[in-house]
Amino acid sequence: MTITRRLRPTTVPEGGVGESPLRPDGVPKLRGEFAYAQDLTAEGMLWAATVRSPHPRARIVSIDIAPALAITGVHACLTSEDVPGRAHFGLEHPDQPVLAGSHVNYWGEPVAVVAAEDPRTALLAASLVEVEYEPLAPLTDPVIADQRDEVIRRLRIRRGDQGATGPVVIEGRYEVGMQDQAPLGTEAGLAIPDGQGGVDLYATSQFVHVDQEQVVASLGLRPDQVRSHPTGIGGAFGAREDVNLHIHLCMLALHTGRPVKMVYQRSESFTGHVHRHPAWLQYRHEADRDGRLVRVEAKVVIDGGAYASTTSAVLANACYFVVGPYRCDSVAVDGVGVRTNNPPCGAMRGFGAVQVCFAYESQMDRLAHALNMDPLDLRELNALESGDPMPTTGQVIGTPLPTREVIRTLEAMPLPDDLTDSHYSSLPGGSGLTTEQEQVRRGVGYAFGIKNLGFSEGFDDYAQARVRLTSAGAVVETAAIEVGQGLVTVLAQIARTVLGVSDVHVVHVDTSQIDSAGSTSASRQTQLSGGATKEAAERLRQRVVDRFGGDHLDDSGVWLGEDLVASWASVVESEWVETVTFRHPPTTKPDENGQGVIHADFAVAGHRAVVDVDLELGLVKVVRVDTVQDVGRALNPDSVRGQIEGGILQGVGLAVMEELVLEDGVIRNPTFTDYLLPTILDAPEVEALLIEQDGSWGPFGAKGVGEPPTISSTAAVVAAIRAACGKELNRVPVRPQDIALS
Amino acid sequence: MIVTFTVNGETVTAPVDHPGSLLNVLRDDLGLPGSKSACEQGECGSCSVILDGELVCSCLVMAADVEGSSVTTVEGVAAGDLHPVQEAMHRAGAVQCGFCTPGIVVAAVDLFEQNPNPSPVEIREALAGNICRCTGYGAILRALDGLATGGDV
Repeated sequence: MTITRRLRPTTVPEGGVGESPLRPDGVPKLRGEFAYAQDLTAEGMLWAATVRSPHPRARIVSIDIAPALAITGVHACLTSEDVPGRAHFGLEHPDQPVLAGSHVNYWGEPVAVVAAEDPRTALLAASLVEVEYEPLAPLTDPVIADQRDEVIRRLRIRRGDQGATGPVVIEGRYEVGMQDQAPLGTEAGLAIPDGQGGVDLYATSQFVHVDQEQVVASLGLRPDQVRSHPTGIGGAFGAREDVNLHIHLCMLALHTGRPVKMVYQRSESFTGHVHRHPAWLQYRHEADRDGRLVRVEAKVVIDGGAYASTTSAVLANACYFVVGPYRCDSVAVDGVGVRTNNPPCGAMRGFGAVQVCFAYESQMDRLAHALNMDPLDLRELNALESGDPMPTTGQVIGTPLPTREVIRTLEAMPLPDDLTDSHYSSLPGGSGLTTEQEQVRRGVGYAFGIKNLGFSEGFDDYAQARVRLTSAGAVVETAAIEVGQGLVTVLAQIARTVLGVSDVHVVHVDTSQIDSAGSTSASRQTQLSGGATKEAAERLRQRVVDRFGGDHLDDSGVWLGEDLVASWASVVESEWVETVTFRHPPTTKPDENGQGVIHADFAVAGHRAVVDVDLELGLVKVVRVDTVQDVGRALNPDSVRGQIEGGILQGVGLAVMEELVLEDGVIRNPTFTDYLLPTILDAPEVEALLIEQDGSWGPFGAKGVGEPPTISSTAAVVAAIRAACGKELNRVPVRPQDIALS
Repeated sequence: MIVTFTVNGETVTAPVDHPGSLLNVLRDDLGLPGSKSACEQGECGSCSVILDGELVCSCLVMAADVEGSSVTTVEGVAAGDLHPVQEAMHRAGAVQCGFCTPGIVVAAVDLFEQNPNPSPVEIREALAGNICRCTGYGAILRALDGLATGGDV
């Protein structure tokens, strides 16, 4: 052991928590060198394509694969009869056929897959598979599905005195259209057979361990024969939680003995992943004359489409957050997630909390109007805070929930100047030059939302992370997916801060090398994988320091006071590794009245939208969205801001343009030409303030930050449009005709 | 047929025996996957390249039409250090998933070559053909607005 003296550094290394270090994958992404699933290749690789149903519901009479196999360069065409193991898959309930057998139940459902020498041959072969269908009448109306008890889940919540009543009553019906995540990268993957009956999968995913489990089941393999590798991914927003091409690729790879790649085209992607549930919401709020909520009744209907996906959990979220961040001691909710022949719906950022927020915030504004009360005073009067029981589940909120501070901080933020600029770029019609300035009215609207963080209802939610010391510094190993949010930055920041070591690299490892990190969803990875990283780093640091009789660690090695007692080189002569599985506080399943300790943590946020509306043409320019968000502690303020700005724009999209249009179960706009996404010209100015408070169980008190920006931004924009035009606007997205012609 | 053209300063040839796009040739035949395929319709700008001085969506350019042309892709905008556009975007936190990033880099490099001091409106209009789903565009605008007013390209 070499001992040298050196002055102890007085600061922790740069790039720790609370700073915003540059992201390690930034340069390769900017240079076009970052490898996404779409970019992967392997020696001898085949290309796959999928045969999809042209009907929303039909009986499959016959499938003839011979014409496809007759093409030169085609190596395989597989149908449901070729699925070696479990015929169905599903994130919560395995009810979705790997490949449709006797029936198809939604438009675009996979029926067969082919593998060929090149992508063009694969597409040609897919088009030649002859499937004879007997079309059947699709069930596409959620109300009829409910009546026929075609149901994925019902949830009934009863809390408090069911006879409670108030003198001021507001009733309303609201509707939310089907939004798509529209990540820029479509579904893609590469499966490589290992030559011993197993397979390595590199595919777009938010949760590789659950992919691996589903592949193992449907291929009838041992768990150790399938390795799912975290892979470069072009966005997610919920679209990557479910299996889509994963099992197909592995089947084809094992069948052909060759690596097989598949990349969905955009139109295929619109059928190849689940969407945000459309929702039909019926509310009755009763309040006393001072504005206190006395009772809230709600009926929640969401359309799960043909297969279960995460409908059970989305419905639960919609029902549990049906009142919003407000106190109320008499609540009745009847929720149902129906099964239809519409496209399957599942996870999208906000996960059920978005749909109800649009409704309850519309109700709160109408209640304030009926009481002749300031809408923010009404919300502050009813604000749900730490220590209060959740109005729906009765769970006492044990972590910080600064709802009042969010409301008052947002109100105090400065408003922009009135519209005086007549330049077309400032007007709702933009460069179309259609807007006459005298037709423009400005509106301002507020909305507040609440959401759970992490998985709920008794789910064993955990993340494993491993920290090692090497000659080059420290390494964090994880299977948690980086979808763009900055996980690779923040895990390194956490390890740096705990260890006192500058050089920290986050390395993704496959499912055989580490236990699950859980899904990159529910705003959970910074809290869960961050928590595991922090604890592993703490244990490792303590062990190293104890071993060498020191009191702290840094880049030089182990120190005792101002004496370096072990150099870094001598420390890493031994192997130093610590693996930690981190769990959040346990939750429970709901009882028969929907009561229980259902959630692990909560976050609240508010949005204030300023819009300019062309009353004649119904065009909307979202000028500005200001926000205040409860973040616990911002571990990387720039990344938090990135989540806030990106999440707000997705909320703006749902408010004014984004909707998958269905006609008899068929998506009529599955392209980027027809499914409108906000461009840079649609992006409002955003100012964000963060409320930081100790008390959450996340590392350093951090809360998840990914979803709250999307919860109430939609409702705020619609409130602002209502303020400008005076229309009711009970459905999103708000279309020009809703403003100009209704 | 074989097409011969220049990519990032190098003369290349590629077989074009199918009605493929320039994007297909770049990604599948020439080993340049930096240009991304995200919509196949010229709506999202992820495949943006500079073709004979014009910003184009390479998914909309027939490969057979590039004979004798000069193409700059994201791989070719900077030889060694990052281009100032890339540097500004990196420092502003303008990259999240990064799938739109190559197209935005190419579009912004083209803008600053045509107009070294674009106004905020000119920056927004120049990037109106590039969809980003992650960032809400805020950090991208801070990077490019900052470059226009203070940076040198």
